[in-house]
This record gives sequence, structure tokens and C-alpha cells, in this order.
Amino acid sequence: MAKAKSSIKLRAKEKNGVTTVKALMSHPMETGQRKNKKTGENIPEHFIQEVVGEYNGKVVITTSWSGGVSKDPYLSFSFKGGANGEMVKVSWTDNKGGSDSNEVKIKGKK
Amino acid sequence: MIDVKRRVFLKGSAAAGAVVAAAGAGLIAPQAVLAEWNEAAFRSKTVADAIKAQTGTDATEESADIKIKAPEIAENGAVVPVSVSSSIAGVTAISILAASNPSPMVASFALGESTVADVSTRIKMGKTGDVIALVQAGDKVYTAKKEVKVTIGGCGG
Repeated sequence: MAKAKSSIKLRAKEKNGVTTVKALMSHPMETGQRKNKKTGENIPEHFIQEVVGEYNGKVVITTSWSGGVSKDPYLSFSFKGGANGEMVKVSWTDNKGGSDSNEVKIKGKK
Repeated sequence: MIDVKRRVFLKGSAAAGAVVAAAGAGLIAPQAVLAEWNEAAFRSKTVADAIKAQTGTDATEESADIKIKAPEIAENGAVVPVSVSSSIAGVTAISILAASNPSPMVASFALGESTVADVSTRIKMGKTGDVIALVQAGDKVYTAKKEVKVTIGGCGG
């Protein structure tokens, strides 16, 4: 599939030595408990299981999620360090083996 | 005459294509479970079981040093913003549980050394209940909770 646009909207901002990362992912996050009204069958689970945040190639956060996280999930975390122009990467993997990642430059004092 | 047949053929193949696409979308892929993903914790049906599966202990301590930011009344249970932060030193993991959900364990964050103990996400809540934050630091487990009233559930169809 042509990947023109990442499923992750990503922002990283440095202030007073702490970088805050905000990520908004586009994903249905099906719990497996919703019913398809036409067939009466449960809609199969489909949710992001793991989100990994990396700074300079080092993992700063590993997030595990269930289907209890809202559709088009939002994640925010922060870490000490980070400087203007350095890269932050966020990647997700869902329970069906789907995945995506995105990178963004930290915005901070120059 | 030829043209008409061509039209019919195109219509027919387009319809067939749609059926194939629908069948493909309905296929259930085999579940690939990641090693890091704590299956037992996320499948637990009670808060106590989930805490035990996540932390390996049921000895938890309530702490005033954990802050849960969540609305008192959530109009839409499908999207409840929750932030958990803590001033406890050496936090290695933060988990968020929704006590009244069928599977209470919602999210778990494993933090690196330089990561600040402050995470935010948005969760689904089926009905009014406590949002529980679980903070692991060293070999201790701290908890805090906050009630969120839900006016429209977020786990229905």
C-alpha cells in the first residue's frame, strides 16, 4: 500500500530540559465486544497492542493497550532531555500484526 | 450489440470485485500476541486479578503522590481523557484500569529511566466507575483512584 500519510500524527516539544511527545493514531480500536447489528455476531477484536516511543534510538516508553482505549487513540508522554532538531519516533503494532511508525523533529530552543 | 455486452461484463465484474473485497475484510487474522503484551492482565475480568497479573503481587498501597486527571462527569464514555502522573521516585510502570469495564485493565506504560512519570491517553468506559492508577516503583505498588460518572456508555454497539 502506498504510504502517503502516516497513521500517526506526532509532535514533540522541548521545554526546560523536558521533551513532551503527543501522538494521535488513527485506528478503529475494536474491543471484540461490540455486535454487528445486522448479523448479531461480535465484531472481531482489532486494537493497537503496543506503542513504542524512541528518542535517539533508545526506547523511552513501551505502552501496552487493550481495546479499552478509545478509537483513534491519543498518547502523551515526556522524558528528560531532547534538543531542537533531534528525532523522536513512535511506532505501533496491533493485534492483527498491523503496524506503522512516524518520526518527528523535536521543537525546542535553538 | 458488442458494446452492450461489454457494459454488462463490466458491471458484473465490478460487483464480483466488491464481494471479494468484502470477504477479505471479514477474514479474521490469527492473533499475534506480543511477548511484552501482558495477556493475563488484559484478559482479567476483575481489578484484583488484573493488578496481580500486572504486578505479580496484590499488596498495594494507596498513595497521595499519584495524580489522576479525569473528568468528574464524562458525557461520552467512548472518549474519557485520563492523565496519570506521580511524584514517587523511580517509577518503572504506570497502568490505568477502569473498574467497571468488562476487562478492567485498559493501558499500561513501561517507562525508561529518563521518562517522566506523566502519561495521558483516552479510554472507553462502559459505565460509571472508578478509574484506578497503578504505579510501580522499585518493588512497591501504589494505587490511586478517581470516580468518573459516565452518562453515555462507550462499550455498547
